[in-house]
Amino acid sequence: MTTQYGFPVVTMLIVLPLVVAAALLVLRRNERTVRLVTLGAGILECLLALPLLSYAPNGPAFQFVEQAPWLPALGMSYHMGVDGLSLYMILLTALMLPLCVLGSWTYISKRVTEFHFCLLLMTSACIGVFAALDFVLFYVFWEAMLVPMYLLIAVWGGPRRRYASIKFFLYTLAGSTLLLAAIVAFRHVGGTFSIPELMEKSYSFRFQMWAFLAMALAFAIKVPMFPFHTWLPAAHVEAPAAGSVLLAAILLKMGTYGFLRFCLPLTPAASVTAAPVMIAISIASIIYGGCIALGQTDIKKLIAYSSVGHMGFVTLGIFLFSVKGVSGAILQMLNHGITTGGLFMMVGLIYERSHSREITDNQGLGKFMPAFMFLFGLFSFSSLAFPGTNSFVGEILVLIGAFSSNTWVGFCAVPGAMLAAAYMLRLLQRVTWGEPSSFKKSWHDLGAREWVTLIPLALLVFYIGLAPSLAIKTIEPSIERVLSVMHQKNQAMGLTSDMKFTERMRLPASMTVATATDAVRKELP
Amino acid sequence: MTIFKLLPELWLLGIVCALFVASVRGSRRVMSWLPVAAGIGVLVAVAGLSSRGEMLYATYKLDALSQFFKLAIAFGFAVVAGIAAGKKESRDLTPDYFMLLALSAWGLMLLASCVELVTLYLALELSSYSLYALIPLRGQDRRAAEAGIKYILFGAAVTAIALFGLSYIMAAKHTTYIAALAASSWSFADAPLAVVGLTLFLAGFFYKLALFPFHFWCPDVYQGTKNETAAYVATIPKLGAVVVLVRLAAILTPHMEVTTILAILGAISMTGGNLAALVQRDVKRLLGYSSVAHAGYVMLGLAAGSAAGLAASAFYSLAYILMNLAAFYVVCTISKDGENPSLDDLDGLYHRAPALAMILAVAAFSLVGLPPTAGFTGKLFLLSAAWDQGFYWLVIVAVLNTAISIYYYLGLVRHAYTGESDAPALVIPKGTLVFGGVLAALVLLAGIIPAPLYDLAAMAGTQLHP
Repeated sequence: MTTQYGFPVVTMLIVLPLVVAAALLVLRRNERTVRLVTLGAGILECLLALPLLSYAPNGPAFQFVEQAPWLPALGMSYHMGVDGLSLYMILLTALMLPLCVLGSWTYISKRVTEFHFCLLLMTSACIGVFAALDFVLFYVFWEAMLVPMYLLIAVWGGPRRRYASIKFFLYTLAGSTLLLAAIVAFRHVGGTFSIPELMEKSYSFRFQMWAFLAMALAFAIKVPMFPFHTWLPAAHVEAPAAGSVLLAAILLKMGTYGFLRFCLPLTPAASVTAAPVMIAISIASIIYGGCIALGQTDIKKLIAYSSVGHMGFVTLGIFLFSVKGVSGAILQMLNHGITTGGLFMMVGLIYERSHSREITDNQGLGKFMPAFMFLFGLFSFSSLAFPGTNSFVGEILVLIGAFSSNTWVGFCAVPGAMLAAAYMLRLLQRVTWGEPSSFKKSWHDLGAREWVTLIPLALLVFYIGLAPSLAIKTIEPSIERVLSVMHQKNQAMGLTSDMKFTERMRLPASMTVATATDAVRKELP
Repeated sequence: MTIFKLLPELWLLGIVCALFVASVRGSRRVMSWLPVAAGIGVLVAVAGLSSRGEMLYATYKLDALSQFFKLAIAFGFAVVAGIAAGKKESRDLTPDYFMLLALSAWGLMLLASCVELVTLYLALELSSYSLYALIPLRGQDRRAAEAGIKYILFGAAVTAIALFGLSYIMAAKHTTYIAALAASSWSFADAPLAVVGLTLFLAGFFYKLALFPFHFWCPDVYQGTKNETAAYVATIPKLGAVVVLVRLAAILTPHMEVTTILAILGAISMTGGNLAALVQRDVKRLLGYSSVAHAGYVMLGLAAGSAAGLAASAFYSLAYILMNLAAFYVVCTISKDGENPSLDDLDGLYHRAPALAMILAVAAFSLVGLPPTAGFTGKLFLLSAAWDQGFYWLVIVAVLNTAISIYYYLGLVRHAYTGESDAPALVIPKGTLVFGGVLAALVLLAGIIPAPLYDLAAMAGTQLHP
């Protein structure tokens, strides 16, 4: 296997959870040992991910590249790499493993080995999705992640877990079967499964439209975009806390990542053509998610519907095709993972105490559980995009992008931010200061383990909120590359976009389309 | 020495003879040596992979295709023998039962090497006659008799059609050698009689493959016959059918009229099979309809008619027997008294036998075509081959069918993992579990590292379509 850095970082990140998962199944020690071993694996996974922080923002686009032959006869290879689009998603996935183990320490009491087995498989598959540079490899990880997630919901979920798990599985797998057809079609037309090589080629408009439709359906279901979102609330509500966290933090991002990685550079003309529809659907998701969240009495359901709205901001940012919009979108992907992940963990903690997720059963906690409410408040403020928190930066970038693209688009998206404030503040008000209805003294405030679980996410809320430029600096070069490839291909097809593309591209004067293309070529193996 | 090139066939013939002696002597100790002998047969087939040559007036050919399928047949027979070996207490599993099983497998091995239509027909019948006797062998179960009659009646009718087709081919082309036939024109305009004849002749193999509209026997026979027999009928004869179809497909060049017929039959077969499977409660019957659908998937490669298509069909058929045998292994293991398990019988399997539940999950997800299993890789090859030849609509039909099939395959996993049951834990000998585990591992391995198997299949495909 050829590796760029002499040490196969990405492969190790994928293999380590698999090895530990296999060991868990074979060894089957007592529950505490299983938890400790998985926690150890999670911490090791985070340590293994540290070399990724040496990512050079201005270097060639794909770094930490690892390649080995897989099926040469069909042009398939084990090809991994990281760029600005995937870097933070991989880091977030690695971080979520130990946090999910800690968050489930007392929450999960049955089939403990198998639960942790599923968590480890999920981690491995998710990292694979974000790092794969071979289309088939991407699909393998994309689908492989479904099975552990299905089991997490079906086995450890709530009362309606069967319904929710089947709905989740059917929706997502049915959607992605057409993605498989698109992958096959790309190989036929492009002659390879290699994503960097496919990005370099141009495709006819007709082909692009069909391929875009097939891929967009798979990605839209995964995001989920309105009206393909109906699996999400059921899955979120029924999943155990760790399942909800993984769903919110990682799984939903795969859809938006798919749009960025495949739709924009591979089918640029179709993306531009479909952009008005995608923007309309995104705005519908924002408004719809916010309105439905406003009417929820179940805390988890409320946060699940808020996810539909937040992810609407992400897809909106992507289809603005501006550096600001897409930067905001990627930042929002990361932020939503941190914030909503944190909120779902906190719902899990409160459910452990009250055995209810209803707002009315969990009112007035501010008096009895101040530490809990402090963190819950922090994540809630982040969720409503309060200045100083991480989500503010992402959301404002998307909104600026939207206003500079089209004032009406911006105006339509703004109520989403207001709705988020309405439902989150309403929730916060009732949970903190509402009439305590069923509080028992046995409900203790946050313990040390719970603090350890939540503090990393809380720190990230501030870190990204107060110093966003560090993250944006890493993301932007990759976005510029994707957008320049997209623009160049569209120009070659004579497609005149009304999106005022170059004006908003913030390309440096020296960075012409030709130099951008050269940069892309250099990075190709 | 020519004789050493035939070692896989000779080894299996030796097993048949030994079983014959055992059945005459009434020995009940067959199960202690048969799985080992069948396992050695797999090694012999591996050793014979490189054998090449022609014999018996060029009617019998050892090439990459035949040796690849002989390995698959030897493997399939070993697995079925292994599954049956776990049922030592069953009174139905007598030496003559295994003798007929081995004889059928031997016929299929011969079929893999036949390159002349009459020889091919004889080998097909040799494998079929054993099955006609095997299928009704199920204690005193009346459904077994019904299954036997259905299989024989359908088989006889289709055989007649195939023979009728053969006569047309002979009349039009004046030869029965596939190589000579391949050298002549097969467009409908040039040789209408031959094309009609070929279509009819193919019907015989479509019957074995349970392709629409020759599939009506399939669910009834699976349901009626003994579980171990069903495991065999559902897998190995299909390999025989695929090898012949792959060989005959070499006659076809892409975009001929017959390929369109194959594509249409494939599309109907996968759709009909999947839709019918959706409503089944009997697991064997469900797998029966699913095999109709899978026969349709195999048609993707045959319809493509290219080297890649034939290789894809060969690979997929091997993947299919792996995953189907894993599924039937679970069926056979959970039904202690040989009864047909229903979906409800799978309830709580996870509690009763976690390893079995996992094997079932691997098999079911592979049958769906979920990565990283052999089913996914095989389907990817098929779709690629069909797309390359412009069968876009067929690819779309295939992926939509995959979406339909998710529901009932997921049903198997759902019952096993989320169903509640008060049934006691299943006691399964460790050796049997290891056997099932190896099957599941092979399903995963062929999906994750497909290159060695695919290269073998590709060699066979390239040899037919250089």
